[in-house]
Amino acid sequence: MNQNTPVITVKNLVKKFGSFTANDHLNFEVYKGEIFGFLGANGAGKTTAMRILCGLSSPTSGELTVGGFDVYRQTEQIKRNIGYMSQKFSLYEDLTIAENIRFYGGIYGIPVKQRKEKEHLLLKKLQLESERNKLIASLPLGWKQKLAFSIALLHDPKIVFLDEPTGGVDPITRRQFWDFIYEAAAEGKTIFVTTHYMDEAEYCDRVSIMVDGRIAALDTPDALKKQFNSEDMNGVFLQLARHARNGD
Amino acid sequence: MINVENLSKSYKDVKALDDISFSVNKGELFGLIGPDGAGKTTLMRILMTLLVPDSGKAKMAGLDVISEYKNIRQLVGYMPGRFSLYQDLSVEENLEFFATVFGTTVAENYELIKDIYVQIEPFKTRLAGKLSGGMKQKLALSCALIHKPEILVLDEPTTGVDAVSRKEFWEMLKHLQQQGITILVSTPYMDEASLCDRVALMQKGRILCIDSPARIVENYTRTLLAVRSNEMHRLISDLRECPQVETAYAFGQFVHVTPKEEDLEAVELERYLLGKKHQNLQVFETNPGIEDVFMGLMAGNE
Repeated sequence: MNQNTPVITVKNLVKKFGSFTANDHLNFEVYKGEIFGFLGANGAGKTTAMRILCGLSSPTSGELTVGGFDVYRQTEQIKRNIGYMSQKFSLYEDLTIAENIRFYGGIYGIPVKQRKEKEHLLLKKLQLESERNKLIASLPLGWKQKLAFSIALLHDPKIVFLDEPTGGVDPITRRQFWDFIYEAAAEGKTIFVTTHYMDEAEYCDRVSIMVDGRIAALDTPDALKKQFNSEDMNGVFLQLARHARNGD
Repeated sequence: MINVENLSKSYKDVKALDDISFSVNKGELFGLIGPDGAGKTTLMRILMTLLVPDSGKAKMAGLDVISEYKNIRQLVGYMPGRFSLYQDLSVEENLEFFATVFGTTVAENYELIKDIYVQIEPFKTRLAGKLSGGMKQKLALSCALIHKPEILVLDEPTTGVDAVSRKEFWEMLKHLQQQGITILVSTPYMDEASLCDRVALMQKGRILCIDSPARIVENYTRTLLAVRSNEMHRLISDLRECPQVETAYAFGQFVHVTPKEEDLEAVELERYLLGKKHQNLQVFETNPGIEDVFMGLMAGNE
């Protein structure tokens, strides 16, 4: 992680829906190669902030850049420079492995010639060359996860947004998935990840915890545990989120 | 209250349930613990008389799920995994609808749902589709309880729910159990197993193990070492390269290591890691949790 190179900068982000303030003056930076955990109770405003960072929604006010691009004026450039994956939305089950790679390559606007080369390299890297014509639906969950993550990186984005990537996944596959995350971060990718598994919060370089539209805490897991005098991140989370007003 | 014998169900060539047998006692809080694809929902749908098994028998409160399905439906409450109330009816309309369908009134059974329903009552005129996730969940639970069922079946009620709301939800379940309701609940969160009286650990249509959470952990005989250092990722790689290590998995701030030979001692592993220049090392023998046991059993079920 390189603290001198912020790839996401958020200054005084405010997002209102009518009279409701979903994001109330958020301030943070995310660095190159960092694994940044974005935690919060349901209804705390995580999804709203994430949609803004992905260029899908405009802030009410504040200054934000993602990968050096402005979130008000350069949303198309942002979309080209980020990857996105969630448990709910990843691959098309009724397309084959190769078809999914080709499809996403097209969506991300990779030129045809490069797309073929990328497809070849990816299949080789994942050792899936002989499986290329298998339907996604027929693959074990661990492979699907790995493939979905690799495809989110296909267009070589600087930042990858992972929205609850491990929900409902078995404990071994869940840990394998974190191996991929570490690997990508080591290659300089910035990882922005949400999760409800508090043990996964421990694997992040820094963790932000949102409560009622604000960032209630942001630091390394070790520092947060010290600050809240808690043995694990679950204890930290419970202390902060217990008295939330919004949402539930 | 629930009796399942040799239940199997396939979808084309996928075995969703593979010869499942277990029973749940009256008043018990029983958990089906397992990831997506374990067969939890299929099992619940069969018990709820919404799906017919390929083979095997299942009884709810002594009634057969096939021949006596109509009687079962009066006795059970079901909260499916996907929100399935009427989004375009208000909170109170939904509750009244379910009471009427079961030939009762909200007033008659209000006592049972009171603690849960008061939390959403301020929003009773709001459309169900406009509720937050946590409120939807409370309404769904109220609707599943409004006919005072003997057995309550909940399919992954806490999936995608934050840690605080999950804790609250389990407190609600404990409270319902104290009122004599038998509860069958499924979850992919291994840490929730400890909140059940007994659990079945499930994977790929099979039950890996059934017992109380405490006994499941006690019966795990493998040695388990907890390790931490300054560099988590390098630590995992180094541990996996160690010839005496069978598995090394991250568990929060520690890595849990299962040695190949039972006699690999903490000091020995520490020496190996010091050789790899790890700093602030901690290595000690630790007690397994449900998740450790599950991962151990998974390896045998592949």
